[in-house]
Amino acid sequence: MIEIQNLTKRYDDATVVDDVSLALPESGITAIVGPNGAGKSTLLSMVARLIPSTSGRVLVDGLDVQETPGAVLAKRLAILKQNNQVGMRLTVSELVAFGRFPHSGGRPTVEDERHIDEAISYLGLDDLRNRFLDELSGGQRQRAFVAMVLAQDTKYVLLDEPLNSLDMKHAAAMMKLLRRTADDLGRSITVVIHDINFASIYADHVVAMRDGRVMLQGGAGDLMQEAVLQDIYDTVVQVREVEGHRLGLHYL
Amino acid sequence: MTVGARGNWDFVLPFRGGKLLGLVLVAYAVATATVLFQTVTQNRILTPAVMGFDSLYVALQTALVFFLGTRDLANVDIRLRFVLETVLMVAMSMALFHWLFLSRQRSLHLVVLAGLVFGVFFRSLSHMMQRILDPNEFIALQDMLFASFNAIDRQLLAVSTVIVLVTAWVSRRLLAKLDVLMLGRDAAINLGIDYRRVVMMLFAVIAVLVSVSTALVGPVTFFGLLVASLAYQAVGTDRHKYTLPAATLVAVIALVGGQTVIERVFGFDTALSVIIEFTGGLAFMLLLYRNLKR
Repeated sequence: MIEIQNLTKRYDDATVVDDVSLALPESGITAIVGPNGAGKSTLLSMVARLIPSTSGRVLVDGLDVQETPGAVLAKRLAILKQNNQVGMRLTVSELVAFGRFPHSGGRPTVEDERHIDEAISYLGLDDLRNRFLDELSGGQRQRAFVAMVLAQDTKYVLLDEPLNSLDMKHAAAMMKLLRRTADDLGRSITVVIHDINFASIYADHVVAMRDGRVMLQGGAGDLMQEAVLQDIYDTVVQVREVEGHRLGLHYL
Repeated sequence: MTVGARGNWDFVLPFRGGKLLGLVLVAYAVATATVLFQTVTQNRILTPAVMGFDSLYVALQTALVFFLGTRDLANVDIRLRFVLETVLMVAMSMALFHWLFLSRQRSLHLVVLAGLVFGVFFRSLSHMMQRILDPNEFIALQDMLFASFNAIDRQLLAVSTVIVLVTAWVSRRLLAKLDVLMLGRDAAINLGIDYRRVVMMLFAVIAVLVSVSTALVGPVTFFGLLVASLAYQAVGTDRHKYTLPAATLVAVIALVGGQTVIERVFGFDTALSVIIEFTGGLAFMLLLYRNLKR
């Protein structure tokens, strides 16, 4: 379990994350939703020790992320940020191989190769494995990065807006894939997501944030209430039931 | 080494051997410092010179002459002085980066910009001290600063070799991590790299290497940019296992080949830096042209 205790992040006098306490479960998909500037990405970055917190702490299976050696955490927790610019020319399989670095230390074994191959086929990248990243479409590249994070073989996977720059088809495919990963491989996946409907359909747990605070945590059904959504997003969202899923309509 | 050698071998071998060793050391130092620096900054146009590393070294030497005077300085063993200067140089650059990096979360671009400003600052500082220096002292200082490929400081060769071997060992140990650094800070931390420590270590290695090359032949840093780009083009991969040796090889070929051409073809009529800039410019235009056509 990832325990977030009284986590706060302040830049000068702007408080981005304000005294957040949360528990991210050991399995299933947790969706973090909320309007722009709610502090979702900052929270995720602090959990993954990419930025230091102003106060409070994060425990991953009881290990404090700021004090535990990075190499130890890298075998338990993986994060994928939204802008993935790589300064070097890499093929898909080379990129995925980097996911094994915490285990291989740069010298891949047979075991590592197996994880790399599995991750590549799991994301349907077999035909593209020798292509360079800059020759891929946005969706394919995103899949390659997700493959890298899966190859890292960590219990906890944090994804910062994995649906960014994906079209409808690929966004739905990505969510299905994450659902499958959580179910088949027993990973705990936490996603920052903008589309509440994806959260409603695919997530087991939902955390809603606004102005750096947690407004709600619970199941998707707790989030998909017109009054709750209006509170969080400050805009009118009608909720309709379609084939057993509650969907929010914010276009009207 | 043996091209056109006439006369006493007892003189020729140590003389040319020393020169060759010096050139190889400089080639390694410049090439490695540049590649490491470009990896850390994730930028293929920056070199340690841009960050003011070598102007820091020049400022250090000027300050020594300024405050101690050449007479006192001349009494100190040149090797001891070199080691002291290198230590001072590493300490100062580490302090600079520690302050820039760790006192607050800052972007690398800000650090690089600060480096630019510091570079100009140290250069102006050196100039100012040189202006108010006693003319005799100034000449002595100039002699120290304007070392050239023809006049490699022989007394420093042994010390430099040891230092270079140590840095080579350090960078070899970091080889796999260097590749991961190319993915960027966040990805590197995610993959379990102690980013802060590794970056500080690399900056220390870079500072040492710049000290070595500046002490041996003076500031030559366009050269680093050139050999690094040629090496990336030549090996076609960004793995440091290949790019680091390739850059060194290109640098050795350029320096030793260039020096041979100067000594044998031009009869010492021209400076090696001129040849390097000339061929470098040509190679660069060729690379640009090839990229345009693609």
